[in-house]
Amino acid sequence: MSETIQSASPPAAEERTHPIQEAVIRIAGNSQDGIQAMGQILARLAGRSEQEVMTYMTIPSTISGGPSIFQVRIGSGEVLSAGDEADFLLAFYQHSYENHIHSLRKGGIVLYDTDNVEPKPEWQKDYVHIGVPITSQTIEAIGGTARDKGKNIFALGLVARFFDLNVPKLEQLIRERFQGKDESVVRNALLAFHAGYAYASNHLKEVYRLAESRKRERPQVVMSGNEALAYGLIAAGVRFGAAYPITPWSDVMETLRRELPKYGGTFVQAEDEIAAVSMAIGASYAGYLAVTGSSGPGISLKSEAVGWAVNAEVPLVVIDVQRAGPSTGMPTNPEQSDLYIACFGSHGDAPRVVLAPADVEDCFYTAIEAVNIAREYSVPVFILSDQSIATRIEAFLEPELEKLCQDISPKFDPVPDHKPYDLNAPDGVTRHIPPGTKVLSGKYPVLTGLEHDEMGHPSASPKIHAAMTAKRRRKLQALAKRLPRPETYGPNEGQVLLVGWGSTRGPIREAVDRARAQGLSVSALHLRHLNPLPNGLDEIFSGFRHIFVVEMNDEGLYGYGQLAALLRARYCNPNIRGINKTDGLTFKVREILERLQEKLNALQAQPV
Amino acid sequence: MSTAITVPSSTGQPPAAPAAQEPKPLTKRELAADHPTWCPGCGDFSVLAIYFKLMERARIRHEKIVSVSGIGCSSRFPYFVQAHGAHFIHGRALAFATGLSLTRPDLHVFVFSGDGDAFSIGGNHFLHAARRNVNLTLVVMDNQVYGLTKKQTSPTSPLGFKSKTDPWGAIDQPLNPIKTAIAAGATFVARTISTNPNHLLQMMEAAMQHEGFSFVECLSECVEFYEGAFDGANPRKGGVFNTVPANHDVTDELAAYELANAPFPGYFGIFYQVKRPTRNQREQEIIRAAREKVKDLKDWQILQRTFDRMK
Repeated sequence: MSETIQSASPPAAEERTHPIQEAVIRIAGNSQDGIQAMGQILARLAGRSEQEVMTYMTIPSTISGGPSIFQVRIGSGEVLSAGDEADFLLAFYQHSYENHIHSLRKGGIVLYDTDNVEPKPEWQKDYVHIGVPITSQTIEAIGGTARDKGKNIFALGLVARFFDLNVPKLEQLIRERFQGKDESVVRNALLAFHAGYAYASNHLKEVYRLAESRKRERPQVVMSGNEALAYGLIAAGVRFGAAYPITPWSDVMETLRRELPKYGGTFVQAEDEIAAVSMAIGASYAGYLAVTGSSGPGISLKSEAVGWAVNAEVPLVVIDVQRAGPSTGMPTNPEQSDLYIACFGSHGDAPRVVLAPADVEDCFYTAIEAVNIAREYSVPVFILSDQSIATRIEAFLEPELEKLCQDISPKFDPVPDHKPYDLNAPDGVTRHIPPGTKVLSGKYPVLTGLEHDEMGHPSASPKIHAAMTAKRRRKLQALAKRLPRPETYGPNEGQVLLVGWGSTRGPIREAVDRARAQGLSVSALHLRHLNPLPNGLDEIFSGFRHIFVVEMNDEGLYGYGQLAALLRARYCNPNIRGINKTDGLTFKVREILERLQEKLNALQAQPV
Repeated sequence: MSTAITVPSSTGQPPAAPAAQEPKPLTKRELAADHPTWCPGCGDFSVLAIYFKLMERARIRHEKIVSVSGIGCSSRFPYFVQAHGAHFIHGRALAFATGLSLTRPDLHVFVFSGDGDAFSIGGNHFLHAARRNVNLTLVVMDNQVYGLTKKQTSPTSPLGFKSKTDPWGAIDQPLNPIKTAIAAGATFVARTISTNPNHLLQMMEAAMQHEGFSFVECLSECVEFYEGAFDGANPRKGGVFNTVPANHDVTDELAAYELANAPFPGYFGIFYQVKRPTRNQREQEIIRAAREKVKDLKDWQILQRTFDRMK
């Protein structure tokens, strides 16, 4: 099965083309080798070729590089996850080869750099080995001074031939990637690409071709989850934000800092997390609904100020790009363990809204929804993303921007009189007037964190505190009534319902597909609205014998993850159980199915 | 264009009716809201009275000022003023006011704080608001003690001050607010006292007129927990009220620093004042430059351009 073509063997006599539906390509090297650039180009190409694509990457949390991978799954049909197993591994170093060979499916292909990798004989029967002197060929192609810079693009040329990718489109993407740099950089990149392509043409006997994909009505855009959040906020009309740098949130703020001035807006890098949320609340108070964001440690710090916004009923969007916790935890690994802090993070009874996007595209639309809920209900809204959505790249149908972009700038029309905390307001929803608004009665509002009467003045009256606490709760109950009831994926009754939230939607759906293909009665339910929960879930739950909440967090003291515990508290349904994990890695489809089977076996073994 | 953050009123449209329609200055009666909850004899009453006077003299309308505060006795201030206001959390009023000032250059933003609020829990924001030169006025009513929580040591309590948390006398070096503000990059730094209303008004007026971060430290006695703290600066109580020497160059940072080093009661007046672009102006420059490139486009078209590059 081993097929080594280290030296210039004669060109392949005849080339065989295998049609495929999808390919999972894993590129393993060091973070400074530009493997992310290579992966991004592949993802962009898929987007432009109307294919579906999803990427997955790991980055070391150190600055000066270290092992890193980029996985790209390209498919002609629906791509739900980044793929459990790779079909193709590109290994730049010995450690890349040894650490990632087992991510290949049996019979998969490993293409390795013979200048750096010594292949192991015992692995050659399970995986097809193709050796290419990537480093030396790159140097030969673009000249010695460049050392091994450019070998990612040489490798891209190899992959392009291997998967029969569209060369003109790739050349264009390479030009765009390096545009703005010195012309020689573009030239060298193209030289490296063509050298890789030619090398593969001369040496490879097998070529894989992705099937044509369905025509889409609109072009696709390709971006990461963090970019989608930033652009969603801009589309929603947000023009002010403040934050403090933290992984994996920072590129949302970098994007907003760069882009907002074009729209007349500003983003401030604050001196700390508390200042950031406070500035955002100040801008929201001023009439410009603002955003702040962070990851776990920063969210902890912001919690007191968020409580002020709940009490003063000031709208605010708070993004939490979750990473593994507690404390500093694992900054570059995903986890879904901030649901509790998002729902309950401030002291006192401080109800707020929590939403969670399911994928990159959903980040864009969730940002808009968060802005609109915050404004409509005058309340802080959390968006719970996570490290895996933040950094992965997906292609999705271009949003209809002309329809979606909205103007939410404040109005300053004078009002005859104003009661900021009117207890008789419909559903208890406050409507603030921004400073600058003239109140003809001469009575002006003060917004406060103290318990207050209807005019915003401090009050310790037992009746007032009870009524105001209820007012802040009632408006979220009103919101709950308006939330759409989620649909099940698969039939709405059966044996097993897998419930998920956030980034696990893809692998859960793929698990349902596989289980159903094996004749098992499994459906899934995905929740985007976590606080308040939509009404009507009890009816859905009643259609299933077992409900498993699949979450990337701990099973907790009593055996339930964070969402599972909320659902049990709300529905008192003993059939709700958890499938949890805390290894800092996303769920693999296989993992969900195996864990489900274990759980079902254990339940069966229990005495009735 | 329509969704842009308000441009300064000098170049753009002020959001509310122009003041010209109502030339009559506001009276104290129109400006007073809740009756202050301060103890009888508290120095803060004087700051409130002077604030009303300031509004009257500047002929400002209710809706053009915002009073922001944190937590502490002094921070009850916004409830006593008939104008838009926010009573924010402990120590963070300056950060809140930064978001407010940057988005609303048409408003006069005043932050009222105490020594604990501004220099202890909010110390970091004090430094950074100063260095950013955000356009707002910070008035710290410094009584050198935690009053609302009933007599604990504050960051400006002098060495040896006996409090409930330092029963043997304060042992930490007190912070010098004037030196700290100058070092942090504040562009207007003044010191005054609540028992000298004319001087207080002068300082507040100069601070309000200053473009950028203006800081006024106002010694304001806590009659409950630190009685007589500032008698040494009150001629009626046998003290001396030394104003900043007439020949002091307010743009001379080192001279200002030396003046601020004088032992209690020290000097009163403007220690330091320089002109430096404000954060507000800097942001507007960035916005103007960015918008120049997209001036004929609607917001959705600007975003469309970005998306076209992501295909």
